[in-house]
Amino acid sequence: MTEAATGLSAETLALLVAATLNAGTVVGLAALGLLINERSGVLNLGAEGMMLVAAIAGFATGVHTGSDWAGFAAGAGAGAGMALLFGLLVIFLNTNQYATGLALSLFGTGLSAFAGISYTQQRLPERPHFDIPVLADLPFVGPALFKHHPLVYITIALALGLTWFLMKSRAGLVLRAVGESPESAHALGYRVRLIRLGAVMAGGALCGLAGAYISLVYTPLWVEGMVAGKGWIALALTTFATWRPARVLLGAYLFGGVTMLQFQLQGQGVQIPSQWLTMLPYLATIVVLVLISRNPTWIRINMPASLGKPFHPGS
Amino acid sequence: MFKLEPRAAPSKVLTLASPLIALLVTVVVGVALFVALGKDPVAGLRMFFVEPLKSGYALSELSIKAVPLVLIGLGLAVCYRANIWNIGAEGQFVMGAVFAGGVAMQATPQSSPLILVAVLGAGMLGGMLWAAIVAVLRDRANASEILVSLMLVYVAEMVLSYLVYGPWKDPAGYNFPQTITFLEATRLPKLIPGFRLNIGVAVALVAVVGFAIFLFRTFAGFQLQVGGLAPAAARYAGFSSRRALWTALLLSGGMAGLAGAMDVAGPQGQLTPYVPVGYGFAAIIVAFVGRLNPIGIVFSAVLMSMFFIGGELAQSRLGLPKALTGVFQGLLLFALLACDTFIHQRLRWVSTP
Repeated sequence: MTEAATGLSAETLALLVAATLNAGTVVGLAALGLLINERSGVLNLGAEGMMLVAAIAGFATGVHTGSDWAGFAAGAGAGAGMALLFGLLVIFLNTNQYATGLALSLFGTGLSAFAGISYTQQRLPERPHFDIPVLADLPFVGPALFKHHPLVYITIALALGLTWFLMKSRAGLVLRAVGESPESAHALGYRVRLIRLGAVMAGGALCGLAGAYISLVYTPLWVEGMVAGKGWIALALTTFATWRPARVLLGAYLFGGVTMLQFQLQGQGVQIPSQWLTMLPYLATIVVLVLISRNPTWIRINMPASLGKPFHPGS
Repeated sequence: MFKLEPRAAPSKVLTLASPLIALLVTVVVGVALFVALGKDPVAGLRMFFVEPLKSGYALSELSIKAVPLVLIGLGLAVCYRANIWNIGAEGQFVMGAVFAGGVAMQATPQSSPLILVAVLGAGMLGGMLWAAIVAVLRDRANASEILVSLMLVYVAEMVLSYLVYGPWKDPAGYNFPQTITFLEATRLPKLIPGFRLNIGVAVALVAVVGFAIFLFRTFAGFQLQVGGLAPAAARYAGFSSRRALWTALLLSGGMAGLAGAMDVAGPQGQLTPYVPVGYGFAAIIVAFVGRLNPIGIVFSAVLMSMFFIGGELAQSRLGLPKALTGVFQGLLLFALLACDTFIHQRLRWVSTP
């Protein structure tokens, strides 16, 4: 087929693949973090807030230090700090997980807007390029797969590592036990609440990395509310993936593809108002959620049994 | 070490005192924040707690923001009492505004004043439709109402944006993304000349009474709350959980839609992309701080609109970012949730064994 017939050259396709991986990394990283949370039995609806605070923390650090890595560290730290606040309330004071997570999202939205007010016009130093030697020069696959930010590859490694951790390692088994039956884990002598706090903070740190990735790599800018629902989409992803890391990643790239499709269609001059295209990722999330939730047994079998329920150690 | 242990009965004192303690905590953090930013904390607090109440004009402005918060908060209180987590009231508010705007644009100078009823009715319908999507997907496909309702907020904002940038754009509006200004017949009557205060206040007060009766004096309201507190008991008693789901979502969607309609038929007077200002999200806090109680919601809505106005004043007079409002609102909810812990539990010192 000629280029005119398909309307899509090899170069555009390569860029589309690259953009898909890029967009998928944002929600993928966050969803992997939330998966760790949820496997321990804690549902954190505050992902959006954590990501926003991390995005501004990462961006501000990047602007002041000139170092992206310091920015990522700040983002992860901010995410973990927000998660700590949430964890202390939910795990030690037994507050309602839904309401507290919601509070975290609302607070994070306000705090990030407040802290970011003087950064809206700021610019980061020149964005670095990460080309993998030799591989990046290959035709098609080079620009598609081998010119990404290291975090793109780290996210893939993380998903695989997390699969191993949850299914093959003893610590992973303990984490799952805490999520499935905190009473049993407690009876065996595990510190259920500390393990949950650890899982919540690890999840917050990963959401933080995802937030920093948005403001340092994906967009690279600070705009109020720039996470634009990706935290909520990441929450939907964990259900979609039935709490399995590899499927989370798959779902994330699927989402990335839908997000990028809209830009591609706009670029191709398709006559659809941009608003309908911007809706696509949100509508896709709803559709996917509906498809996966239609079978309640399937969800019940896979969902960590104590998800969302508080645990009071032996009283 | 300290240990939390359940109380024999929930503390009545703390149930009422908890929001006040939470407010106190928020104020203390606020003072610290003002000091950290190098602003006079007394001046800062004045913007939030004195200026919004100072004059008749200020009170009228307060009502403009408190009315939508009361209306949305009432609906959400029903939802949360039924343990249905509708967090997308912002989207239902926007759809209410869109539907109401659609009707208001049809008005001609000959239209009877009754068209206002149609405008408000359309707004309610819009909000209900948007919430019905959530209900149907939860009912038929078991999809999480939390995520679906939230996703629909973004979709609603895009629908509004499409309309005001596209087919509904005012041809004489110098290409600004806005509809025509609605005719006087479709606008909410103002109560006092020179003030923006309108009949919305009366509507909100009627709604408060209506919701109080529904929740505490009707069998349907009782069934709904049993379903939220003890689903097993509700099932055993034969109360339909599906009916509770639909009732709660349609009620809250309708109220949010009505609030949206009253906002465009009242202070706004036209549709712009700036219709959503966060009332739908702030109303979640209003509902909780008001103890999910209609009377409590009136007080918390007034407080929350003081936060809104305080933020605006802090920006114009003290040069602080308006986003302070969001920080304080979030803090208040956090502090409230932490305080609420002690309604059902108490802290006791136990010597380590």
